[in-house]
Amino acid sequence: MKLTLKVWRQKNNNSKGQFESYQVEASEHMSFLEMLDVLNEDLISNKKDPVAFEHDCREGICGACSMVINGQPHGPMKGTTTCQLHMRSFNDGDTIYIEPFRAQAFPVLKDLMVNRDAFDRIIQAGGYISVNTGGTPDGNAIPVEKDQSTLAMDAAECIGCGACVAACPNASAMLFTSAKVSHLALLPQGEVERQKRVLGMMKQHDEEGFGRCSNVTACEAECPKEISITNIARLNREYLSASIGSEKMA
Amino acid sequence: MKLDGKVPPGNLAEKWVKYKSSMPLVAPNNKRRIEVIVVGTGLAGASAAATMGELGYKVKCFSFHDSPRRAHSIAAQGGINAAKNYQNDGDSIYRLFYDTIKGGDYRSRESNVHRLSEVSVNIIDQAVAQGVPFAREYGGTLSNRSFGGVQVKRTFYARGQTGQQLLLGAYQALERQISLGTVEMFNRHEMLDLVTIDGKARGIIARNMLTGELERHAAHCVILATGGYGNVFYLSTNAMGSNVTAGWRVVKKGALMANPCYTQIHPTCIPVSGEYQSKLTLMSESLRNDGRVWVPAKKEDAVAIREGRKKGVDIAEADRDYYLERRYPAFGNLVPRDVASRAAKVECDKGHGIVATGHGVYLDFADAIQRYGSSAAHSLGLHNPNKAKITELGEAAVKERYGNLFAMYEKITGEDPYKNPMKIYPAVHYTMGGIWVDYNLETNIPGLFALGECNFSDHGANRLGASALMQGLADGYFVIPYTVGTFLSNEIRTPKFDPDAKEFKDAENDVRDRLQGLMDIKGNQSVESFHRRLGKIMWEYCGMSRNAEGLTKAMKMIRELREEFYKDVFIPGTRDELNPELEKAARVADFLEMGELMCKDALDRNESCGGHFREEYRTPEGEAKRDDENYTYVAAWEWTDTNQDPILHKEDLVFENVELKTRSYK
Amino acid sequence: MGWFGKFLTSSIGQKVIMSLTGLFLIIFLVVHLIGNLQLLLDDGGQSFNVYAKFMTGNPVIKTVSYSLYAFIIIHAVQGLVLWSKNRTARGSEKYAVHKVRGTTTNAKLASRMGWIGTIILVFILIHMYQFWLQMKLGALPMVEYDGESMSDLYGIVSETYQNIGFVIFYVVCMYVVGAHLWHGFQSAFQTLGINHKKYSPFIQGIGKVYSVVVALGFAIIPIFFYLGIKF
Repeated sequence: MKLTLKVWRQKNNNSKGQFESYQVEASEHMSFLEMLDVLNEDLISNKKDPVAFEHDCREGICGACSMVINGQPHGPMKGTTTCQLHMRSFNDGDTIYIEPFRAQAFPVLKDLMVNRDAFDRIIQAGGYISVNTGGTPDGNAIPVEKDQSTLAMDAAECIGCGACVAACPNASAMLFTSAKVSHLALLPQGEVERQKRVLGMMKQHDEEGFGRCSNVTACEAECPKEISITNIARLNREYLSASIGSEKMA
Repeated sequence: MKLDGKVPPGNLAEKWVKYKSSMPLVAPNNKRRIEVIVVGTGLAGASAAATMGELGYKVKCFSFHDSPRRAHSIAAQGGINAAKNYQNDGDSIYRLFYDTIKGGDYRSRESNVHRLSEVSVNIIDQAVAQGVPFAREYGGTLSNRSFGGVQVKRTFYARGQTGQQLLLGAYQALERQISLGTVEMFNRHEMLDLVTIDGKARGIIARNMLTGELERHAAHCVILATGGYGNVFYLSTNAMGSNVTAGWRVVKKGALMANPCYTQIHPTCIPVSGEYQSKLTLMSESLRNDGRVWVPAKKEDAVAIREGRKKGVDIAEADRDYYLERRYPAFGNLVPRDVASRAAKVECDKGHGIVATGHGVYLDFADAIQRYGSSAAHSLGLHNPNKAKITELGEAAVKERYGNLFAMYEKITGEDPYKNPMKIYPAVHYTMGGIWVDYNLETNIPGLFALGECNFSDHGANRLGASALMQGLADGYFVIPYTVGTFLSNEIRTPKFDPDAKEFKDAENDVRDRLQGLMDIKGNQSVESFHRRLGKIMWEYCGMSRNAEGLTKAMKMIRELREEFYKDVFIPGTRDELNPELEKAARVADFLEMGELMCKDALDRNESCGGHFREEYRTPEGEAKRDDENYTYVAAWEWTDTNQDPILHKEDLVFENVELKTRSYK
Repeated sequence: MGWFGKFLTSSIGQKVIMSLTGLFLIIFLVVHLIGNLQLLLDDGGQSFNVYAKFMTGNPVIKTVSYSLYAFIIIHAVQGLVLWSKNRTARGSEKYAVHKVRGTTTNAKLASRMGWIGTIILVFILIHMYQFWLQMKLGALPMVEYDGESMSDLYGIVSETYQNIGFVIFYVVCMYVVGAHLWHGFQSAFQTLGINHKKYSPFIQGIGKVYSVVVALGFAIIPIFFYLGIKF
């Protein structure tokens, strides 16, 4: 299949970017990234700078891919990362726009690569259970209800890619933050720190310059792991109870 | 060089306990002054950095990813083993130890493996306390499943994302230490050389991948947790970025590479579909719990399927060859990976393969769907359910267990695995070989440690499923935090090292020259094309089965390819900027040397064991034939100069507790 | 800043302000609609004018209405602040192609609440100038029912709705109000953390019915006036 690609090219964070047009010959069995590999091989053979994009595991779990394809983070297929998107989702002769995830808190590094350090800092602000190595009780000493555990796992599946931020008209990272808050709040192990955790993580979320959630649900629609916005509702509850219903001052 | 494994004396079951209690310690006030570098943030690296931070060391942690969470441990699917015996099915620390030794075809160090089994139980406790959402039973207790090569259920899992959840646990522990200031994190930094001072590891040269700047980082010791070298095959289940560079750089500084020929070919991966393919996707081994592996018994059926005239479902039951069940009735579809992979290759080589390339077999869930469906119908109180109802209930049950894997399969292949059997074929997955370490996980360079997949220590010639996560976390959480004390307790008077010292500057200059050298070639071929060619050589001659003639040929071909690479590779851009092609080039350059060493090792090991199958050494039934008399040793290679042969050092493996037997899964 | 100030300026706190003021306005709209439907009674405006006098005279109602004004202002100002913050967060470079897909709400509407809200704000200002301010200033002609004198608000409403331009303006604005409520109703609950497997579909359903009924209810008044339909 013959495709026209409009790819965002930007040398670095300080320079201005623009779209470049490329023609590429792809097979429908290729993954989207393999199609970009073909483009890059072509650019390299013409001694041109290949398109920089983040990728690593290429099996939908590392969360590295960070591109918006025809207006949708990770492209048109539901519940799929870019690396798992295959060219059979496109037609011969299509024009495809490829842009980086865009948000104030995700500055572009080069072409389609963005800086997502803000997510690490949100986790640093409380996205963990404070146990040191060793001295923990036996695994079966803490029973966890099966359905509750399933809900926690649903939230824990977040791969930290940032598609939620890219999709949100407000560039809010509430889905990401809520996934971690929910994962830990739903488990008895996370109970101890739940108030401190949600206050810390939300404070960091706001400081990073992410927008405010206005319940557009675009994050849920585009999330490659289909994380539910019920987690955002839970985050809201957790936050309300921690900031108004507890004696915590932070 | 005499290799000393430093295995502590005493009874096997007491070695670690006693050693741990008598090991030299570093007092808390001294820990604060001691700097430790950890390279890599997968399970081993993240857990080590977090734990050492908790203990009070000043840790500097490096990752070439944008976040520690992206390390490839994240992609491990099936589970993690632990000798908890929660299922009351006769598991024990000894049984896990024995299974691992046997699974590794008696080519691993007894003491290390026993220690691994001992701490396996602590890992589960630790992970649960961190909030890892392992699968649960209705009563709230932890659930287990079984994996290849064992007859008990000891594998803990979190859907098909066990690696992700365990890594996130370790990552969160690491991020907590970063927020507390005990660990300083360097994302997007790639280690390009080791710095030694007076023969001891004292720091690294790292490239800031965003700016291209080379940085000198000093510490009292260096811990590598940089994963395996499976990407030497180009196509593997490893991530695109997984590489051997950190490991290879220390080998070039004098560390030994042990058993490099031991590579694991995983039996259940999605088959190669075309030339453009960049990586292979694993379908978890857990699928073999319920899936049955088969090929058409008649060659003409296989040909018809390859040509698209027939489908798997069209083949009558009587015309299917469930070759694993036929050849290995005791373990059936759950034989270890090396056995299952080779069996698939045998069938395909005979002409029974079912994908266009001829390299593929079926993994079929039809029986499992019927079985689960009937059982679900029974528990719903449905008498005389029709076949459609049973299939519907069965598919739901299979979906609950493997839904995400089935969805992944469908995304990649565009076929519905509930209706048609999955097509699978073996692919490179893991490397058992790695940097030689002693019982303390210390290499022959004092102060340099290696953890997880990048060392060679625990899996012998073949790794059992769900043991990689176990080893990575065992090394990081429960071994290195203790054993590093054996080195660091002598360093409490050593002042901080000056990164401006001559050794650092020299190393930095070497790295700069090397990178500039690559940039200056300005040839015509892309890095990727060399990597792909290397992969083909490796897969062809040093893959699932090897022979002396092929290996000799491969070594020659690799040397020629290497020469061509240094003459004709083209890297766009410059050294002083974000340049993914330069990163790749430096990695491929190292693979081009590592690959040759792998062939050398494979050629030198005149026996078949585990993942290393030499066609010349097999039983009349075609099974691997070990040579315990001559090859019960660890082959640790010293790389002297690229133009000279590497030097072999042997560490004899002593088995005091298990009897060496021919592995049988029949 | 004290804990309460921190809460109110946090991203969730700001959203809670939007939610609570929004929910109050949702209740107000029901009262307002029931009152206004009296305009359609064929009694020459008597019940409506009596109702209007009651609404402006009763001290309890007065207090409620002042808080209503405050809530409208807070809802609008906070909404504008959020809009501006969110635009900043989005960054200076816009997507060349941007599709907004949603799940449980109309994402296109939801992503345009800033614009929609601003239109409504302008509408409210015009609306209040036309009727409320005239009444407050005592600029309206007086009528007398049962010996009690009062402003003839009905008269000016009736006069306004003879103008086809105003009728169209009001109907269009009611459509916009409906759109605002379509997303706003269920969004208010989600912000307060009320998202429940069992109850949320019900809340979302009520929200849709509510926004259609309220928008339609207000919109028929000018239409019926213009067409001269009375009950």
